[in-house]
Amino acid sequence: MSAPAIEPSALAHPEPGEPVIKRRSWKAPIALGVIAVASLVIFGLLSPSGSQTTFVFARSTDFFTLPTLTVSSRGAAIVLSVLALLLAAYSAALAANYRKPGIWLPVVYGMAIIGSLLTWAGAGRDNTSIQFTGLLTSSLFLAVPLVFGALAGTICERSGIVNIAIEGQLLAGAFLAALVGSMAGNAYVGLIAAPIAGAAVGAILAVFATRYWVDQIVVGVVLNLLVLGLTGFFFNSIMKTNPELNQALSIPTIDIPLLSKIPVIGPVLFQQNLLVYILYIVVIVLQIMLFKSRWGLRVRAVGEHPKAADTVGIKVNRTRVRNTILGGAVAGLGGAFFTVASGLAFGNNMSAGKGYIALAAMILGRWSPRGALAAALLFGFADALRVQLGIIGSDIPSEFLAMTPYLATLFAVAGLVGHSRAPAAENIPYKK
Amino acid sequence: MKLELQGITKKFGDFTANDAIDLVVQPGTVHALLGENGAGKSTLMNVLFGLYDADGGQILLDDEPRVFAGPGDAMDAGIGMVHQHFMLVPVFTVAESVMLGNEDVTGPAKLLDLNAARAKVKELSDRFGFAIDPDAVIEDLSVGAQQRVEIIKALSRDAQILILDEPTAVLTPQETDELLDIVGQLRDAGTAVVLITHKLREVKAIADDITVIRRGKVVGTAEPTASQEELASLMVGRDVSMTVAKDAADPGDPMLQVHNLTVVDGVTEITLLDGVTFEIRAGEILAVAGVQGNGQTELAEAIAGLTPTDAGHVTLDGEDITGHSIRKVLDAGVGFVPEDRTEDGIVANFTIINNLILDIYDRAPYSTRGTLNGKVLVDNAEKQVENFDVRTTSINALTGSLSGGNQQKVVLARELSRDLKLLIASQPTRGLDVGSIEFVHKRIIEERDNGAAVLIVSSELDEVYALADRIAVMYHGRIVDIVPPDTDRDTLGLMMAGAHKEEEAA
Repeated sequence: MSAPAIEPSALAHPEPGEPVIKRRSWKAPIALGVIAVASLVIFGLLSPSGSQTTFVFARSTDFFTLPTLTVSSRGAAIVLSVLALLLAAYSAALAANYRKPGIWLPVVYGMAIIGSLLTWAGAGRDNTSIQFTGLLTSSLFLAVPLVFGALAGTICERSGIVNIAIEGQLLAGAFLAALVGSMAGNAYVGLIAAPIAGAAVGAILAVFATRYWVDQIVVGVVLNLLVLGLTGFFFNSIMKTNPELNQALSIPTIDIPLLSKIPVIGPVLFQQNLLVYILYIVVIVLQIMLFKSRWGLRVRAVGEHPKAADTVGIKVNRTRVRNTILGGAVAGLGGAFFTVASGLAFGNNMSAGKGYIALAAMILGRWSPRGALAAALLFGFADALRVQLGIIGSDIPSEFLAMTPYLATLFAVAGLVGHSRAPAAENIPYKK
Repeated sequence: MKLELQGITKKFGDFTANDAIDLVVQPGTVHALLGENGAGKSTLMNVLFGLYDADGGQILLDDEPRVFAGPGDAMDAGIGMVHQHFMLVPVFTVAESVMLGNEDVTGPAKLLDLNAARAKVKELSDRFGFAIDPDAVIEDLSVGAQQRVEIIKALSRDAQILILDEPTAVLTPQETDELLDIVGQLRDAGTAVVLITHKLREVKAIADDITVIRRGKVVGTAEPTASQEELASLMVGRDVSMTVAKDAADPGDPMLQVHNLTVVDGVTEITLLDGVTFEIRAGEILAVAGVQGNGQTELAEAIAGLTPTDAGHVTLDGEDITGHSIRKVLDAGVGFVPEDRTEDGIVANFTIINNLILDIYDRAPYSTRGTLNGKVLVDNAEKQVENFDVRTTSINALTGSLSGGNQQKVVLARELSRDLKLLIASQPTRGLDVGSIEFVHKRIIEERDNGAAVLIVSSELDEVYALADRIAVMYHGRIVDIVPPDTDRDTLGLMMAGAHKEEEAA
């Protein structure tokens, strides 16, 4: 229900919408506290004393070499867990005063818990150390398809079209990049072909959604299955018999001069391939365009209140079609990650559900490019952590370890990010 | 700029919404387009604004024939429109809303020039004394303020012809007066204003010319000096009485007692109903007046058991029915006519027969041993359709295909078919034509005379005056006061804005 609607100036009573009864929300502080205590007990108090964890930050190409950090595993885990506990207490204190913490709190909290997990996992292994820089580098790299996918979702949904077909667009992009790249014998040609495949899938979605008013979620799911089936068919029938059409091409890593030599940041951000550099540009440009440009204002109006947009002369369905195709192209480009950007040939169902995780990243990022990037990096980090923990080996089955960051993410998101609001006209066809 | 419509015709299938309509609006005048709901006023304006293509006729601006492919064209030509349902994006700021579709850009990257938009809003807002903050978010503004944003939006595009579609439907009497002031200012500045309305009082207050439309045709023009009765009979096509005759109430014992009823929205935690206490006696009509969204809807739904209550009691004829299931509340003798007839009152895809038994389908004689008795249902429907004068081709017609007035008669027929101790009717005549309003009001008064307590919720003061034995005014979830029906309009208006009667007198 909306608040009572009267001019505030005309009255002697409380402001419209002022909550008379407020409730304290204890969910977030409790969740944070429970996890912090668990971290303190499991990673800190229960782990054997005397063992040490080694973190490596440096790479040989850096300007100067950061020292390798060796800490007492138990001590570090306890300190970090106590820090997390203090943050939980602070958020409880805020909740008691009906307030909510800023975004810094979950971020710092998450780093403390993950740090404590890492010191515990790396404890007492003389021959292996935590490759911190490598961990971050692979986080970013693994996040690439998620970022592109989440951006694609954001572009479409901001105009009012639900894009469940991100998965299919990624897969189509991966397929066409491998095929066209192999035919041309050049991985960069594949990179150019990938968005075309995604845009084609987007175009089908756009036509069904705006012309035939089919439920967009249903069309999206069907498109995912269609792309899975088609690429699988061509893979089995053509690529297997003609291996020259499906080569393991690779676009090279490009070191940005000077910047790539900064310790930690350099290797993570500036020793990547072209697709990652394109990603930086796309995120920045989209963030500005969506919120500061004429195009963005109109797109958002179409996604929130299409009739209002129509009455000021904005073509609603044309905007939606264009955005859906553009979004498809962005996702298709992201699909190139699986083949030419990773140096792999195409394989059946390569995207393996990343499109759906991208969808989650879009929601977590609240339909903004910046947020999509942050959320995708979070998921990418979780993925990279799983890989790293697998490499150093651990007492606990790796499947359980891999769950920890996801769980922490879920709790942090549910408790702290709070309710996010989708574009109002999403999945509603615009009929005149 | 002078606006002229010549022979505008618009058809939807077989239905002719506008039949060769002629209209001339001179600059610097207010031209009222008067007609009942469904007469074709809004269709005509949507044709003018480029939202619909006309099937015939032409539009002339300053004697130049013009064709508008879309609203963008119409706006470029100097036509502005304030729609009945505001065309504002709730999450945008005022400045963004005003610039949308007409954006200034700045800098090499051609980004939005928000400062220019803010300045424009500020300048227009100051010129007309609107007090609108360019950075306020639309959804936080009151309905009246949103309407002023719409006017700024039209003026910022240099509209020389301004169409206002039912602009006062959502305003308090005071806000209405303010709006009429603004319209007067615009007229004096040379704007041609088209005022679409079915409210006779406003027409008489501000219009220079009046054109009356009925069933898609111009049926006449009138001078603002014409009496309300004359205008009403032109509008309806026959003589109508503006008030339904009703005897003085003969109230009996208290039938409904509401004590400290409180409802808090579960999600937003906003208090929608704040300790409401009142009683209605048998054979008495209590009408709740107030601007929409001040808790009236929640009050009606909380009593009917549709909305869970957070505190307080509802007692019907000595029995506490607080928190009872809807079924038990209905069985206790409560009839409920919901505010949104098409959403909550009927099942649009059911026949009239089935809609008439939604509340009694499972009991004898309508069903026995779990099976509906077709014959009984048909007899019931035939009887009710006749009693309530439902105009339909067949009792097998889908209820959704009926006109609003006839749908409402179906709802009333169903609710009044049980023996009622309490009738709750929310906005019982919203969107109905004058003829149907008369009928519905008569039935409600009959129910009172049969000894039921009646609770009316209405945002139309005319309706409140026509029915009420006592008037309760609600504001911000509270009852400001309960006053006799002879309280004057201005006092009620102030109370609807939150002022107490005593404060008013002081």
